[in-house]
Amino acid sequence: MSVYINKDTKVLVQGITGSTALFHTKQMLEYGTKIVAGVTPGKGGTEVEGVPVFNTVEDAVKATGANVSVIYVPAPFAADAILEAVEAELDMAICITEHIPVLDMVKVKRYMEGKKTRLVGPNCPGVITPDECKIGIMPGYIHKKGHVGVVSRSGTLTYEATHQLSEEGIGQSTAVGIGGDPVNGTNFIDVLKEFNEDEDTLAVVMIGEIGGTAEEEAAAWVKANMTKPVVGFIGGQTAPEGKRMGHAGAIISGGKGTAADKIKAMNEAGIEVADTPSVIGETLIKVIKEKGLYDACKTH
Amino acid sequence: MNIHEYQGKQILKQYGVAVPEGHVAFSPEEAVKAAKELGTDVVVVKAQIHAGGRGKAGGVKLAKNLDEVRTYSKELLGKVLVTHQTGPEGKEVKRLYIEAGSDIQKEYYLGLVLDRETSRVTLMGSEEGGMDIEEVAANTPERLFYEEIDPVVGLTGFQARRMAFNMNIPAKLVNKASKLMLGLYQAYTDTDAAIVEINPLVVTGDGQVVALDAKFNFDANSLYRHPEVMEMRDYDEEDAKEIEASKYDLSYISLDGNIGCMVNGAGLAMATMDTINYYGGSPANFLDVGGGATAEKVTEAFKIILSDQNVKGIFVNIFGGIMKCDIIAEGVIQAAKEVSLSVPLVVRLEGTNVELGKKLLNESGLDIVAAGTMAEGAKKIVELVG
Repeated sequence: MSVYINKDTKVLVQGITGSTALFHTKQMLEYGTKIVAGVTPGKGGTEVEGVPVFNTVEDAVKATGANVSVIYVPAPFAADAILEAVEAELDMAICITEHIPVLDMVKVKRYMEGKKTRLVGPNCPGVITPDECKIGIMPGYIHKKGHVGVVSRSGTLTYEATHQLSEEGIGQSTAVGIGGDPVNGTNFIDVLKEFNEDEDTLAVVMIGEIGGTAEEEAAAWVKANMTKPVVGFIGGQTAPEGKRMGHAGAIISGGKGTAADKIKAMNEAGIEVADTPSVIGETLIKVIKEKGLYDACKTH
Repeated sequence: MNIHEYQGKQILKQYGVAVPEGHVAFSPEEAVKAAKELGTDVVVVKAQIHAGGRGKAGGVKLAKNLDEVRTYSKELLGKVLVTHQTGPEGKEVKRLYIEAGSDIQKEYYLGLVLDRETSRVTLMGSEEGGMDIEEVAANTPERLFYEEIDPVVGLTGFQARRMAFNMNIPAKLVNKASKLMLGLYQAYTDTDAAIVEINPLVVTGDGQVVALDAKFNFDANSLYRHPEVMEMRDYDEEDAKEIEASKYDLSYISLDGNIGCMVNGAGLAMATMDTINYYGGSPANFLDVGGGATAEKVTEAFKIILSDQNVKGIFVNIFGGIMKCDIIAEGVIQAAKEVSLSVPLVVRLEGTNVELGKKLLNESGLDIVAAGTMAEGAKKIVELVG
């Protein structure tokens, strides 16, 4: 078991002929991901890496039965690519593209209300269920199949945490990067709910960063609903106020969105928060030992 | 990206928002000429810097005649203003805005901002004008009103009127105020703004509703489709290193410490700063080289880090996903050749193409301290910098 994606997921790559998309399509195929189609308008009828290319998402879905798309389309056209995926009623659209105009995403989010498709991202590393399906840009080799769910606002910090877990022999059920933009699709609570219900997930790592209040809301949800242990980390504990740290969402303004507030809310919800990113793995191991889950989580 | 008050008012004017007459001036002579043209009894001499709190810091002066205009202009031009938003180093005044005085009856607050919780643009308004709105939100939240805007229809007339009534705008001026709000929202969406604030919005003795200040901040991701906004960029107001970095799509923020950082990914870059601090060091910058970096970009990033005189050592921390480790290695090697590297360099590589990257660095003959983890790398650079 896992959440969102598994070995049966049929993946479509939007913008497949771009250089980044090509590189990662190759990597995903090598990992064993079932990529059934690509879309690049005007390149329909061709083939890349043995994957048939279509002009529209609709054509690709009709011909191949793809149910999840991954979007590498450049920022000025990415919002439109998401809309196309939603209109084709895919189960999920995972948008890797960064720097999408915020007001484009406001419209996309409004358009998606009541629609079938779940959006992950934008500006995210993607989703991976180890040994089954890798969708996105994360390096495959740092993951290990197992029972810890990972959810994160930051791509590279997800790698950091996952790598530490794998090195310690603690595998992952699924790792979900929700992205660092202020307007995104799937949020912490959506993923925590899935992990809570997933039989194969025994514990969760949640990685947040400064800006907004998503971590505080997630902490409140954990306090009220979560039956599995959660450990966390917040990036930007030493970031100065008023400076936007790369991610469009990562800024402390008007005294809101500070790491201290988030850590406090998480601690109050029973979430143990790692002091530094280097001890996220250690912290998780300490907690699952306390809960008697270590043997079940350890991959032999 | 921010712009000056006078530029914000130029935008507002195009959207039918009433603003006082005014002219920008770069010298006392231009200021006097501008005041003459306005011909009003009172003119306001306003320092133009990209920071709020100018009034309190002495950057706004009322002049009753041309001599006073000249005196205040001389005083303000070249002066370093320190406000709660500039930091202790302050900002030098290089431009003035000479504006017709207004007969202010009452001050209000209006703002448009993205609400992350609802993923909607939200109109905020209060009759507590002229004050720090964050204080109003903290102390008298019942006096701050919100209208959540559906992007399908935009700000509606009834929402704008409701806001005007909530703000206690005099009944006979509610239509004028709501029309102003509709113009403000149009300006916000047309320019891809991130924040627009009018503080204060005023009602004047002759029954006008006027924007007395204008603060615009734009979404950096949207600037590519707004050449008209880019033209208003004032490079004097920005950090030279941050400007240089933005030319190469690098996300760079200057900080006060002495350890230069080069990291991929904003989250990891922040976490790297946190870790350096944890081990007793102090980062000189935040730098996210992003996902699509080329060796050339990495080289430029390196040069920018080294252009900071405070930098006594560099920590490169890369966990490659979309970013490939060999590209980083090539860039580092290229940069080290171009600028004779004289400070310690600690490199931690992990992720996509890591073996290739490590091989390139090993064979480069450069004096590089390798680190296996972020913690190890942070510890090493802190020790080396001393």
